[in-house]
Amino acid sequence: MGVREWIRSWPVYRQLTGADRLGRGDAAASAQSRERQPRTADADRVAGSVCPYCAVGCAQHVYVGSDDTGEHVLQIEGNPDSPVSRGRLCPKGSASKQLVTGEHREERVLYRPAYGTEWQELDLPTAMDMLTDRVLDARRKGWQETDADGNPLRRTQGIASLGGATLDNEENYLIKKLFTALGAVQIENQARI
Amino acid sequence: MGSNMAEAHPVGFQWVMEAKARGARVLHIDPRFTRTSALADKHVPLRAGSDIALLGGVINHILSNDLDFREYVQAYTNASFLVSEEFADTEDLDGLFSGYDPETGTYDTSTWQYENGFPANAVEGHRHREQSAGEQHGSGGPKLESGTGIATDETLRHPRCVFQVLKRHFSRYTPEMVERICGVSREDFLEVCRAWTSASGREHTAALVYSVGWTQHSMGAQYIRAGAIIQLLLGNIGRPGGGVLALRGHASIQGSTDIPTLYNLLPGYLPMPDARHAGKADYVESIRGTHQKGYWHHADDYLVSLLKEYWGEAATEENDYAFDHLPRIDGDHGTYRTVMDMIDGKVFGYFLLGQNPAVGSAHGRLQRLGMANLDWLVVRDLTMIESAEFWRNAPEIETGEIIPEQCRTEVFFFPAASHVEKEGTFTQTQRMLQWRDRAVAPRGDQRSELWFIYHLGRLLQRTLAGSADDRDRPLLDLAWDYRTEGDGEFPEPSADDVLRRINGVDLTTGELLDSYLQLRSDGTTASGCWIYSGVYAGGVNRARNRTARTEQDETALEWGWAWPANRRVLYNRASADPQGRPWSERKKLVWWDAERREWTGHDVPDFPATTPPGFEPEYGEAGPGALAGDDPFIMQADGKAWLFAPSGVVDGPLPTHYEPHESPMPNLLYGQQASPARKVYSREDNPSNPAPPESGGEVFPFVFTAARLTEHHTAGGMSRQLAYLSELQPALFVEVSPQLAAERGLADLDWAHVVTSRAAVDARVMVTERMRPLRLDGRVVHQVWMPYHWGPSGKVDGDIVNDLLGVVLDPNTLIQESKVATCDIRPGRRPRGRELLEYLAGYRRRAGVTVETGTHVMTAHTAASDATVSDTATPDGPDTTAPDTTAPDTTAPDRAAPDRADREEDA
Ligand code: SF4
Repeated sequence: MGVREWIRSWPVYRQLTGADRLGRGDAAASAQSRERQPRTADADRVAGSVCPYCAVGCAQHVYVGSDDTGEHVLQIEGNPDSPVSRGRLCPKGSASKQLVTGEHREERVLYRPAYGTEWQELDLPTAMDMLTDRVLDARRKGWQETDADGNPLRRTQGIASLGGATLDNEENYLIKKLFTALGAVQIENQARI
Repeated sequence: MGSNMAEAHPVGFQWVMEAKARGARVLHIDPRFTRTSALADKHVPLRAGSDIALLGGVINHILSNDLDFREYVQAYTNASFLVSEEFADTEDLDGLFSGYDPETGTYDTSTWQYENGFPANAVEGHRHREQSAGEQHGSGGPKLESGTGIATDETLRHPRCVFQVLKRHFSRYTPEMVERICGVSREDFLEVCRAWTSASGREHTAALVYSVGWTQHSMGAQYIRAGAIIQLLLGNIGRPGGGVLALRGHASIQGSTDIPTLYNLLPGYLPMPDARHAGKADYVESIRGTHQKGYWHHADDYLVSLLKEYWGEAATEENDYAFDHLPRIDGDHGTYRTVMDMIDGKVFGYFLLGQNPAVGSAHGRLQRLGMANLDWLVVRDLTMIESAEFWRNAPEIETGEIIPEQCRTEVFFFPAASHVEKEGTFTQTQRMLQWRDRAVAPRGDQRSELWFIYHLGRLLQRTLAGSADDRDRPLLDLAWDYRTEGDGEFPEPSADDVLRRINGVDLTTGELLDSYLQLRSDGTTASGCWIYSGVYAGGVNRARNRTARTEQDETALEWGWAWPANRRVLYNRASADPQGRPWSERKKLVWWDAERREWTGHDVPDFPATTPPGFEPEYGEAGPGALAGDDPFIMQADGKAWLFAPSGVVDGPLPTHYEPHESPMPNLLYGQQASPARKVYSREDNPSNPAPPESGGEVFPFVFTAARLTEHHTAGGMSRQLAYLSELQPALFVEVSPQLAAERGLADLDWAHVVTSRAAVDARVMVTERMRPLRLDGRVVHQVWMPYHWGPSGKVDGDIVNDLLGVVLDPNTLIQESKVATCDIRPGRRPRGRELLEYLAGYRRRAGVTVETGTHVMTAHTAASDATVSDTATPDGPDTTAPDTTAPDTTAPDRAAPDRADREEDA
């Protein structure tokens, strides 16, 4: 490398003499960084989404790529079109790729029997069947047909549910609808907190 | 106020900064100097729990200096309406309003009515409180028998008109009183008043932002009422740049209130029916008046359309559209009552659907002991949370209160699908629905809640098929034929189909509805949530609208869809004057187009489209047709905004300063110390720290408050497992002032522990001037602050801050008072194991805490006698309170007499 080239390889020289006076673009690039590609470049498609944390509702782009094991989330970024967030995400929203792809995600149904000290695995259909029986049992044990004055109650105090503020409207709709039909009234969520 | 927006809603806060850059002044009124304060023009610290005293001071300042926006107030609020002669104010009754029943600790609200004397609501106050009635007005206002024919005095001079009642009620909330109660200097207070009033009027508007720093109090709804009164007096409601803006903390917490998973509500804020409702007609009569104004008059249309969606063909005119398929409530079935019922063995099965109460709810120990006494528990979450593993990692394992081998609860953990693995809508904090597309499929057993509930319902229906038992009818009749995608026994139900049915269909044509105006009570329409009707208008999923902000104006009507009818600013008719002209060119939003004879503007007008500004309804008219041309508050029974609330609020028609349930201070304004209608639970396992007039409060001398950090989320289930976020905020800490650190011997970064009568919690000390000691009424009060995101699971763990809190609730909402309590703080780590239980018992003994502490809610000096108000104590509950405690003195009054000087200066 000649002296001139050597000097030109300095970012500060390029910043002072080139078009990138703020040193945020070309002036700061190196041979190595020029070869780099954004993680999103390999995406097959982009799904429109919304941050799952707080109620500001920042819009997200979910970049999806695939390999022989299937489709994967490559990256989650803010959607600049949003009139709410203008593409920005806070630390939580920016970490949501880790939230959905991290090792902490459980993948199997787990069961802890009464008086047990360890989790056991259970297959999903079996767990759903066991639960169906238990729901009917708890409903029966807590059933109240009338109040002390004979007014109809037709409900169960045996089953309670908590949670909904992290879920979709459609999910909350079905939760309330099913539990109401079962006669369960103690249906609550984070809005009570 | 009550919000650390820069920290908790950071991306939303960019708009505050944008406004500041364009010349707005930003004031932050908060106990602690926060990230928001750092970016505000001014921070005003105040004592946690004293906000109504300050807001009342602002109201008094506005009224005594004639700074209200008089034309707006006269035309659009109930300022001129006369209140019943029987009404008595807190000024007359030492801090109580008329109608208080010391036996039940609730109000009979019949004396709070307008003068024309229509009968009061049939359900008495006690029942209202138990059912969190104040919360049932999220869309439709509270009932009035009639919205027309109310006696008024347009001059606002009649002594019983709302305007004068308001003036008298707040007359002693002077700058001196604000200083003594809140610790806010006279200069700072007057600067707040000046800033607020000068930024309001024809040419300007001011916005008020709050969060759970306001709601989580024993009078949280009244905090918000106080803020709303100021905004109405200054003409800041229904106008661009104005409003009272609630910032909510979960992606769809607004949605789960609109389409409620809440015990006292049905979708669209229809109340759950009460055991005393004889049938559908009786129910409808009880929620709206026969002659009231506005759209809530059509509640029957909304109800029948919901019943048709729930029970389809089985809902017929003959069977009242299956109204009796709805179970009845008859009291408090809120989450805290339910947890106490678990401890008492009355609940057998519990579903936790994306919530972690072992960490996130007040009084975590109560939560965990409840879970340990069930037949079964279902936890559905992305990751292993504390609530799923209480049987092996609860703090009670260490103290021996939960022994895994003796804990009978069966636990099922179902892994959940994440937000990118399912499609559906969230409703964000400004009522806007945004649809998410599914990006990838979930792995293994991970499933959506939609899948889980749909298949649980299907399996239940299959198991019960053919049952002749009458109680199974509602389940067997349930319309559960949602479209599914995929094959096999367990296909994924279609969220799109569910959203279509929430929007509603015309059953005679099968077409999707365009708006709630099309709903009918004759069984020809079905709609799962009337306020969401229109999200699928024209057969298009409008929640999926994504027109870029650069391609539309700043109202951005083409991004997502906001209920109702895609309106972005509620009650925006008030942005125009009574004649329908914008109040000013700068603050133009919606106006009357005289040529085309219709309302128009930048937003969707929130008014009957063709009712002209000068319209006067006939006397006795009801519903939308009864709205006068200057009745912008179209969901209110009288078309006006309520400075004074004649119904719908259970703890007073006007906000009043009461001390928090636990406070180091006596109430300087009234003999009534704390909210007389707050909900207390007197139980051995729910002790309170003493507050005046009780003695023993000096054992817990400091004010405790807790809040969030940007880098974590609520109970930490979605953040403490993430390496990035855990690294950013790795440990629990407690902020104290240098003065308090010196007083208690606390050193920066060393351990300390915070103690209440419920728990002791370890944390690292952060000595900081962000916490400032306050000088109040001649004494110094220290405040202690903690973030609350930690628990025993996750990449970073820590003690559970919510364990410090007891359960005492706002009677309107049944939300707990978790933003303020009293505490002690000591250097070093807390004791562990059984020693911890002894340590806490020692604190309770020294403070004289018994099961009755804090439950003598009435302390005002009126004719009525003192009474204990509470649910019955549970004698067989776990023993958390030492039996040898001495009863505190609950009779001695300990407050300063009303200050004569204050009254005179203000006259
Ligand atoms: S990115 Fe941050 S501010 Fe935006 S919704 Fe998510 S948590 Fe809220």
